[in-house]
Amino acid sequence: MQAKGSRAPSLRALPFLFIVAALLGLLPLLHSHGLQPNPMLASEPPHHYPAVISGSEPGDFTAAPHDVSQEIRPLPNRTSPGHVKYRKAFPVLGIDYTHVRIPFEISLWILLACLMKLGFHVIPSVSNIVPESCLLIVVGLLVGGLIKGVGESPPILKSDIFFLFLLPPIILDAGYFLPLRQFTENLGTILIFAVVGTLWNAFFLGGLMYAVCQISGTGLSHIGLLANLLFGSIISAVDPVAVLAVFEEIHINELLHILVFGESLLNDAVTVVLYHLFEEFANFEQVTVTDIILGFLSFFVVSLGGVFVGVIYGVIAAFTSRFTSHIRVIEPLFVFLYSYMAYLSAELFHLSGIMALIASGVVMRPYVEANISHKSHTTIKYFLKMWSSVSETLIFIFLGVSTVAGQHYWNWTFIISTLIFCLIARVLGVLGLTWFINKFRIVKLTPKDQFIIAYGGLRGAIAFSLGYLLDYEHFGMRDMFLTAIITVIFFTVFVQGMTIRPLVDLLAVKKKQETKRSINEEIHTQFLDHLLTGIEDICGHYGHHHWKDKLNRFNKKYVKKCLIAGERSKEPQLIAFYHKMEMKQAIELVESGGLGKIPSAISTVSMQNINPKALPVKRILPALSKNKEEEIRKILRNNLQKTRQRINNYLTVPAHKLDSPTMSRARIGSDPLAYEPKSDSGNLPIITIDPASPQSPESVDLVNEELKGTSCLPPSPEEDEEGLVMHVMEPSSPGTDNVFTPGASDSPSNQRMMRCLSDPGPQPEPEEGEPFIPKGK
Amino acid sequence: MGSSHSMPEEIQELADKTGFTLEQIEHLHRRFKQISGDQPTLRKESFDRIPDLEFNPIRSKIVRAFFDKRNLRQAPDGLADEINFEDFLTIMSYFRPIEMNMDEEQLDHFRKEKLKFLFHMYDSDNDGKITLQEYRKVVEELLSRNPHLEKESARSIADGAMMEAASICVGQMVGPLWVV
Repeated sequence: MQAKGSRAPSLRALPFLFIVAALLGLLPLLHSHGLQPNPMLASEPPHHYPAVISGSEPGDFTAAPHDVSQEIRPLPNRTSPGHVKYRKAFPVLGIDYTHVRIPFEISLWILLACLMKLGFHVIPSVSNIVPESCLLIVVGLLVGGLIKGVGESPPILKSDIFFLFLLPPIILDAGYFLPLRQFTENLGTILIFAVVGTLWNAFFLGGLMYAVCQISGTGLSHIGLLANLLFGSIISAVDPVAVLAVFEEIHINELLHILVFGESLLNDAVTVVLYHLFEEFANFEQVTVTDIILGFLSFFVVSLGGVFVGVIYGVIAAFTSRFTSHIRVIEPLFVFLYSYMAYLSAELFHLSGIMALIASGVVMRPYVEANISHKSHTTIKYFLKMWSSVSETLIFIFLGVSTVAGQHYWNWTFIISTLIFCLIARVLGVLGLTWFINKFRIVKLTPKDQFIIAYGGLRGAIAFSLGYLLDYEHFGMRDMFLTAIITVIFFTVFVQGMTIRPLVDLLAVKKKQETKRSINEEIHTQFLDHLLTGIEDICGHYGHHHWKDKLNRFNKKYVKKCLIAGERSKEPQLIAFYHKMEMKQAIELVESGGLGKIPSAISTVSMQNINPKALPVKRILPALSKNKEEEIRKILRNNLQKTRQRINNYLTVPAHKLDSPTMSRARIGSDPLAYEPKSDSGNLPIITIDPASPQSPESVDLVNEELKGTSCLPPSPEEDEEGLVMHVMEPSSPGTDNVFTPGASDSPSNQRMMRCLSDPGPQPEPEEGEPFIPKGK
Repeated sequence: MGSSHSMPEEIQELADKTGFTLEQIEHLHRRFKQISGDQPTLRKESFDRIPDLEFNPIRSKIVRAFFDKRNLRQAPDGLADEINFEDFLTIMSYFRPIEMNMDEEQLDHFRKEKLKFLFHMYDSDNDGKITLQEYRKVVEELLSRNPHLEKESARSIADGAMMEAASICVGQMVGPLWVV
């Protein structure tokens, strides 16, 4: 049943995809023909209009209007002066492609990328075996081949476009959502792999390739040592895009993921330094010691400078977000702009842009999230995910296209030895470094871990772009380098990318646990942190925990006060976490429809404890005494009431029924129209509603009226037999496609819930426009 | 073993018992003298000499853990009034990292010991169970550096956490079950 359903959409999708691919292939035709007016067409403009519509000779799109006007203008002069002047008819429908050419082509490429992504998920059988990155490269190859087959030169992935537009979204997404705890815990290991590992790879590979080039008979002896070292430094860096693309699909455990991914991010500094170093040196006759020392220094400047720039922009962004409480709509834009500026500023000074981007994302995140509204948070998250996803897809497609488009120079010796030495260098590097690192680690890296780290060293588009930047003047063998780079990229992405998933299963490597972060975990983590800090203090040992604790205290005392607006600056982490969790549970409840089945742990417990007969509860321990049960029940009721009050606030936000277009418009449009009804006397919880339509203020009154009319009573004991059933009370706003069911106020459970809700809350609930996590109760 | 320099055999004995190396024992011995003010035993007040500990929200629990007889392996409950260097080392040995050369059984035992230490810190009335009240106290202490917070917040966090734990296993958190 499943197979049939999946085959049908895929069959439908394929021809559509091919049409799009064909359209793309025709674009360069338009471009080239548009530039040179075709003299042959001057005699036959009328024929081309029907031809244009059928699409068979699209090259004449732009040519035709030119020639028609050219042709027609001379005519009046040639005919006898006595004739009436012939006027060109007013063009009701004209075509002017050059005007929109660039945005049109860009949009079409992005559209192709997205359709490809769509297509892969519609065909599940292939995407289980082959990682998406491979499929995308193949698509790129096909499209490139198509374009070339039509006779045009396909576009190559220009380094400018790659470094300025395609790479930043991916890195920002990675940096903003970096799991900071694991990252800092393993920072030493990551740094050693990134710095020492990359250096080792570069020199080992460069040196060996130089040796290979010196072997007579290969025709490569003109490539000097420095050129080889440059090549080594380009190809030795693990690529974050490729690692992300492959590792995301295999769901490996967090430690390995952060090790390989962190390494791919931090080695950017090394790559930048080595690249510039060797590029400069390749022009010199000899390298002096001063040059080497300067190179060494520049490494520190590049990496620390990059981090510094990132931190500055991060702090400025956090500070700006403190004041955005009145203009919530542009909050996400600040995050994106400041981060991008950090990247560009770092690139401006030849510092490491990637490290700047990561640093700014990491620094600004805790403060910005405390200041911005919930909607802005969602916006940031989804925009980042969207951009990074599209970027990644485009990068892989363009890699494929560039392979077809570029000029290649295939030299068996060079390329095969590059491949072999790359693999050997990586394995040796990982083994050696792990042996050294394990002396200092508490949780040692097992051989299985080492294998995955070595195997996960994928190369990607950064290497290609860096190779592309080389100029012919100084590096005549640039084509060969590019070919070798592309071969290595293809090998790592295809072979290693495809086989890593079965290998992970074969070796039974621990996978990522998909459990949600629970409040218990948070409490224990904090407790352990404090405990270990205390023990370190008692021992007199200034270790990891000691400094982390000092940093936290400094952060709490000074930094938070500056960068976080209002009350939130004093909120301890545990409380913030708890609120965030409650919010998540409330949203889940609402999004799941809320009828009967409540997903949260709270409700499961309530159903179990209050109604022991209905559900088959596996009693591990003897049953609770009556008193204890009563106590638990009271506690649960109290807390549930509070949660319900918060849920009610969320019910009024059209966060559910995501697929209704009206509601999505309302959601986006509701920020600027934030409507705050007058607060009643402190007895009733104030319900604020976003206007989904102009008539919604009526629904506000409707709800409030009903609440005023009822009295407050705790749920009666006999109700407990059914367990606690929550009906989502959705305000009916006209003009919303009947998405909301009109308040079913007749059902008894709804009345009971409204009774509960009218229970006077401790304070008026926070308004809609409030920061992401509501201020203290 | 107190303020006088221990003989090498005694140090070796300690090393075998607690698993520390000789240098580590020397270092800890120096620290012990520093905290105790050259006395042979430590009292609760001695820990006031450590300035950094002031900022720690769970300070009282940590100090108490040093005197807990269950951790010192002397009795099933109760608090000692003072501890000597050997006891100090015993407590510290709970925090040793896992060695690569341990076998499965040793590893399991080691981990259980660590968890028991943590459990004893939560279980303040020494009855082998963590009740809701005790858990509440833990959360309150964690948040104790924020005097402007109401007790209400700490309570609801503890309640929420207990509910979550209860959804996995009904009832109170009992020692062996929690370790499992």
